[in-house]
Amino acid sequence: MASRAHPNRLGIKGWVAGGRWGFARYMYTLHRLTGLGLLAYFVMHIFVTSTRAIGPESWEQAMEIVSGPLFAFGEYLVFAAFVFHALNGIRLGAIELGFAVGVPIEPVYPYETSVGRTQRLAKAVLMIAFVVAVWGGLDFFIWK
Amino acid sequence: MTDAAVKQVTFHVRRFEPGVDRAPHWESHAIPLTPGMTVLDGLWKLKELSAPSLAWRSSCRMGICGSCGMLINGRPRLACNTQISELGTDVVAVAPLPNFAIIKDLVPDLRPMFETHRELMPYLIRDDVAEQDDPTLEYWQSPHELEHYLQFSYCIKCGCCMAACPTVATDPQYAGPMPLGQAQRYNTDSRDGGFAERKEVLSGGSGPWRCHFAGECSQVCPKGVDPAKAIQLMKRELVSDLLRMRKRRDPAPVVQPPKGPRREEIPAAPPRTAGEA
Repeated sequence: MASRAHPNRLGIKGWVAGGRWGFARYMYTLHRLTGLGLLAYFVMHIFVTSTRAIGPESWEQAMEIVSGPLFAFGEYLVFAAFVFHALNGIRLGAIELGFAVGVPIEPVYPYETSVGRTQRLAKAVLMIAFVVAVWGGLDFFIWK
Repeated sequence: MTDAAVKQVTFHVRRFEPGVDRAPHWESHAIPLTPGMTVLDGLWKLKELSAPSLAWRSSCRMGICGSCGMLINGRPRLACNTQISELGTDVVAVAPLPNFAIIKDLVPDLRPMFETHRELMPYLIRDDVAEQDDPTLEYWQSPHELEHYLQFSYCIKCGCCMAACPTVATDPQYAGPMPLGQAQRYNTDSRDGGFAERKEVLSGGSGPWRCHFAGECSQVCPKGVDPAKAIQLMKRELVSDLLRMRKRRDPAPVVQPPKGPRREEIPAAPPRTAGEA
């Protein structure tokens, strides 16, 4: 007999709904968004640079389109996304190898979780990413 | 006290009648709030006063059976463990746990979760089948070894972690926090010898490598089980095993009775529960 149950999987909405919104959840969502942003940039980058294969005119034309202030700011955002994604990736690599999550404990209310333990690492990543992206990135991409 | 003085609380309840409704819809009812009223008490009052056909699962009313997991004001919680007063509002929105199909009203279909749970073999795997079927003695385990898995054994399989996990929300193939946490619970049990068998099931895209530590499972767990910790420790074990750095151990043997004369001042032990007297 076919099930008459109604599907209720959240899908992408689940990235922003259904939980308690701990600090790690923001990092998770930001990691995915920056990852998708970097992927979109790479696709565009390959498309733009591939115009060189057609001829110097096409290359010059493409470079003219992407040399405006809007694209300079876009490049800055790509750089900021890269800094965050790389640093958070290192953090995730450490956590997924069992570092910083602690050892199993007796759960006594109010519960302490591994998420709370790893927050310091997450905040350090955000802080370093912010500093690198703002000072290094602005200097290179915007004020060049 | 007059009726007008009784504080009211409004329940927005997600309703779905299979075979009748095409999609779930919200229904609102006001009920009188009494001191100490939990969301589960509120649902019973609602059923008594204005929604007799409302369906949900519940049993123990004390956070042990894991039946009444629901999405309460946007967060997966146990209805019996949630005081209405702690929500800080007079409006309570109750919906079935997301990421599970809705059977009726607030009743989620938990079968996919339990099927995955079964696939990950949540039981002791040992060669001495005869000893397990007809125990002669107890398996030896130190308090320290017990601590390696005790936290994870508090899981009541309510499904709140599965409802909160953003990876489960997008990937139906992912095993999810509860089954993976329970696989780790048995992997770290010193009496178990099933790591190699579970490893085969855990490999691939549905296993722990799909977890990217959003931490929601641990944040919402009503029992403090911390499935996120279990999954990260499981990954550590799997990598150690791949690098041949994992400590190999045999499953704990049965306890041998102490030898030598017994001191007279020690009281006699209670009757044995296993083996021959």
